[in-house]
Amino acid sequence: MIDLQGRKAIVTGASRGIGRATVLALAGAGASVLAVARSADELAKLAGEAPAGRVTPFACDLLAEGAAQAITEAASALGGIDILVNNAGVTKDGLLMRMSEADWDLVFNLNLRSAFLLTQKVSRVMLKARSGSVVNVVSVVGQIGNAGQVNYTAAKAGLEAFTKSCARELASRQIRVNAVAPGYIDTEMTRVLADVARDGLLTRVPLGRAGTADEVAAVILFLASDAARYVTGQVWRVDGGMVM
Amino acid sequence: MSIDQKVKDIIVEQLGVNPAEVTATATFDGDLGADSLDIMELVLAFEEAFQDDSGKALEIPDEDAAKIKTVGDAINYIKEKQGVAT
Repeated sequence: MIDLQGRKAIVTGASRGIGRATVLALAGAGASVLAVARSADELAKLAGEAPAGRVTPFACDLLAEGAAQAITEAASALGGIDILVNNAGVTKDGLLMRMSEADWDLVFNLNLRSAFLLTQKVSRVMLKARSGSVVNVVSVVGQIGNAGQVNYTAAKAGLEAFTKSCARELASRQIRVNAVAPGYIDTEMTRVLADVARDGLLTRVPLGRAGTADEVAAVILFLASDAARYVTGQVWRVDGGMVM
Repeated sequence: MSIDQKVKDIIVEQLGVNPAEVTATATFDGDLGADSLDIMELVLAFEEAFQDDSGKALEIPDEDAAKIKTVGDAINYIKEKQGVAT
């Protein structure tokens, strides 16, 4: 069993899907979690589902000026930061020929830039502590490409490279940085896909079904914990065998 | 505590070196064995420990940090920012 008793964590994109499942998994293992998302109502509901007092809601927009600083300060006030899960993400799909600059920028700013800004702030806290674990949520489509998602796939591929460079920079201070790459997971993000697209995706999954947010959270929990203390710079696919 | 002593104490603590090694001419990357992350952490520690001449937290821009090579450089830089004659 993974024990995170006494550990402090930050999870972004915490109100839904993989982020929500990750908050519950970390809190369930004993960690205190600062749950970051835009919706205060959703966060309050989430905190109510976790063991009492383990989840602290922090409503904020990651795209707002100063968000990374505010999150880092709020987490530090809880007594330190041992774990950071950069999960917040958004899709704005469209074919290359029709992709607007605004949709490109939004996806890059949230999926990549906000992760950079928050990791930068949090790394200072972890550097001083000489320990820490960062887990970034990327995607298998960042590795294999996906028609209609030039922005999302490029941002996720960027986040993957960011993961590896951070791992190299911070390894000497015992800070580990890894990523999970979910495949086709049943969340609100993928529910908007057309049935045809969904069925097409499923034929490429050897395990023959969509994954669940809990199944991704289980790997994030492992990478965040001491059970993975010799693992850094890795990208772990959770995709039912879609890519191998 | 004098600025000199405070700077030296921070260096001893951050780099885990012997106080006797922390002389004015000692270089961070050579004599004191600091790597680039050590030096960055040291700069952050100086920023936390000192204020500028208007009483605000000291800010050491990257281009200034790059010029701080020795213990003496660090002491002089902080004194200059605090408006103390060196």
